[in-house]
Amino acid sequence: MDIRAQVSMVFHLDKCIGCHTCSIACKNIWTDRQGTEYMWWNNVETKPGTGYPTQWEDQEKYKGGWERDSRGRLKLKLQGRAGALTNIFYNPSLPTLDDYYEPWTYDYKNLFDAPEGDDQPTARAVSLVTGDFMDTLEAGPNWDDDMGGSEVYAANDPNVLKLSENEQQSLKTLEQTVFFYLPRICNHCLNPGCVAACPTGAIYKRGEDGIVLISQNRCRAWRMCVSGCPYKKTYFNWSTGKSEKCILCYPRLESGQPPACFHSCVGRIRYIGMVLYDADGIEQAARSPDDGLVDAQKALIKDPYDPEVIAGAKRNGIGDAVITAAQNSPVYKFVKRWGLALPLHPEFRTMPMLFYVPPLLPVIAAIRDGQYETTAGMETAPADETGPNLNTVDQARIPMQYMASLFTAGNIEKIKQVYHKLVAVRMYMRSEQVGDQKEADVQEALRRAELTPEQCISIFELTSLPTFEERFVVPPMERERAMDGELPPLDPYSRKAAGGFGFRDAPARRF
Amino acid sequence: MSDVIFVGFPYVAVALAILVGIYRYRSDTFSYSSFSSQLLENQKLFWGSALWHYAVVLILLAHFIAFLLPPLWGGIIGSPSMRFFLEALGLILSLVGFLALGWLMMRRFSTRRIYVVTTRMDWVVVSLLLFQMLLGFVVSLSYRWGGEWFVSSTAPWLWSLVTFSPKPEYVTAFPFLIQLHFFTGFLLIALFPFSRLVHLVAFPIGYLWRPYQRVIWNRAPRPGPGFRTS
Repeated sequence: MDIRAQVSMVFHLDKCIGCHTCSIACKNIWTDRQGTEYMWWNNVETKPGTGYPTQWEDQEKYKGGWERDSRGRLKLKLQGRAGALTNIFYNPSLPTLDDYYEPWTYDYKNLFDAPEGDDQPTARAVSLVTGDFMDTLEAGPNWDDDMGGSEVYAANDPNVLKLSENEQQSLKTLEQTVFFYLPRICNHCLNPGCVAACPTGAIYKRGEDGIVLISQNRCRAWRMCVSGCPYKKTYFNWSTGKSEKCILCYPRLESGQPPACFHSCVGRIRYIGMVLYDADGIEQAARSPDDGLVDAQKALIKDPYDPEVIAGAKRNGIGDAVITAAQNSPVYKFVKRWGLALPLHPEFRTMPMLFYVPPLLPVIAAIRDGQYETTAGMETAPADETGPNLNTVDQARIPMQYMASLFTAGNIEKIKQVYHKLVAVRMYMRSEQVGDQKEADVQEALRRAELTPEQCISIFELTSLPTFEERFVVPPMERERAMDGELPPLDPYSRKAAGGFGFRDAPARRF
Repeated sequence: MSDVIFVGFPYVAVALAILVGIYRYRSDTFSYSSFSSQLLENQKLFWGSALWHYAVVLILLAHFIAFLLPPLWGGIIGSPSMRFFLEALGLILSLVGFLALGWLMMRRFSTRRIYVVTTRMDWVVVSLLLFQMLLGFVVSLSYRWGGEWFVSSTAPWLWSLVTFSPKPEYVTAFPFLIQLHFFTGFLLIALFPFSRLVHLVAFPIGYLWRPYQRVIWNRAPRPGPGFRTS
């Protein structure tokens, strides 16, 4: 057992309102420089939709992540080691700027400076790459925002394309049209594809907290990480010739604050906390067959109250504060204790450490008599029948197959388990607060979900009423120990000029 | 004059390449990058980049073998058929390299996105490389069996420089075009540390054996083996 600590995350999709505040918070802090304008380390996608970059989930196109070969061994889908060197002059699987979009601003100055004329002056779009006017804007960030039933976007979602013809058609009929939001940041995986794909070895996982970072000094622009990451969460800065990615706001974490996208989240959908995991099991877990991937990944996360786990953590130098944080971690509760949160696309086999509570709303909502009913599945049943609420999951507006394709590598039973729990919590709390649920139905729902009333209340409280401190459990990151290590104490002034991010020259192209 | 061109200049060029290269690496590691432009333009790049790089790598390899291991090279081209084959291959490669690089230069010039990320030094380097490639092609076409005279004259001249007993007389009698080829070669070496050419020494051969995953600990790492760490 090799116990390590990881900053892990949960996004509760039922609470996401798609406001993009997280994206803007991130952009304003990290990616408003030349070369990074097109990057959205945090983006919010509409599902079903093609996403950003377009159809990023289609690994036949982009070759991200890992796959199991015929002998059950793990290999990069992109290429072998020799392939990395022979493809270095031209990466056949690299998305181009047009797969994201060409960033632009507007010629605002013209609004003030235009000579007097018969027409209102306009602010034309100006490319942030070339500086030329752009007559047609063909793509932008969130170009498919809210386009749930679109023939162009939703219909080409790789997860939709996996559905049966009937299911695809039904998603296009107006009454069945459905969408929800999927905010995405770097998953800070346990078995990251970007790290493995980097020929130089410039990308690494921090031992203490599992944050995956790209050394800007070591990156040589071989751009294999962009392909290697199946989530397309490493980006190439065309201006500096370096890859960049989400750094989980580690400077904020190190000063005890949650990352900016978490902090600014309007819907309060985001939770962050430490988990303790067994690093010895990663490779084995990543080799599991598709059906078992979710369970294998969850099994890596260990009970932070288990004395053996605590002893293992201490052996690895994990401090008491981190262990306490892991015990209070909201992520542990959602992922392990309640089994509500699932990894996104576990079949990519990178062991992503960002988990999602799948959304109940597109499942239970319906259109009745021209009215959009968000509690259609919560109606009171006639006294002699089983309530429709118990059948909600089977009659979902969005096929369970679609959700399974997103969160359980196609394992329908697994995703249904989660939905049964979500429905049970809904029914239990409604029976408590509104009192219109049949007692027998509630008991049946709880039995099926394997939940107790106490658990339902805990889930409700952490879902609907959590405080800032309950959502964000960030332990002290012990940078003072990182500085000192086993070495004699340093004079703090000796690090003065090399502090911060370690750049004394501007990170810009000089040659 | 020949002392300047065939003795002084090569020494200056190599000294610049090594000293400035190391200085730049130590003081400005960030600037070491291949500055790939594939993100901005993908389709024209394929034929240009792949063909150019493979052609120039093979050509440079032949130059280096002939320079570093003249006996081996002499052995290889000993048989007339092999000599003919290598000469023909060299001609084809230099033509391919020339055309591919010309294609890349056209791409830089005609694609707006690529044009705006091209520096003045990029233009200098790519022009010189194109010129050098053309010279190489013309030389191998008009002064036949370079594989042989390289071993008997150029290699000894280069070795005389390496051993600090310069003998420019080996090459002073060469035709102008060949001498120009030498000069441009050392000019490119001199420009190496001031341009993006440094990506040559960044070639990540270590990828063949490094562990897939990298974990870096800020504090002293914990004992015991881990999961594919380094």
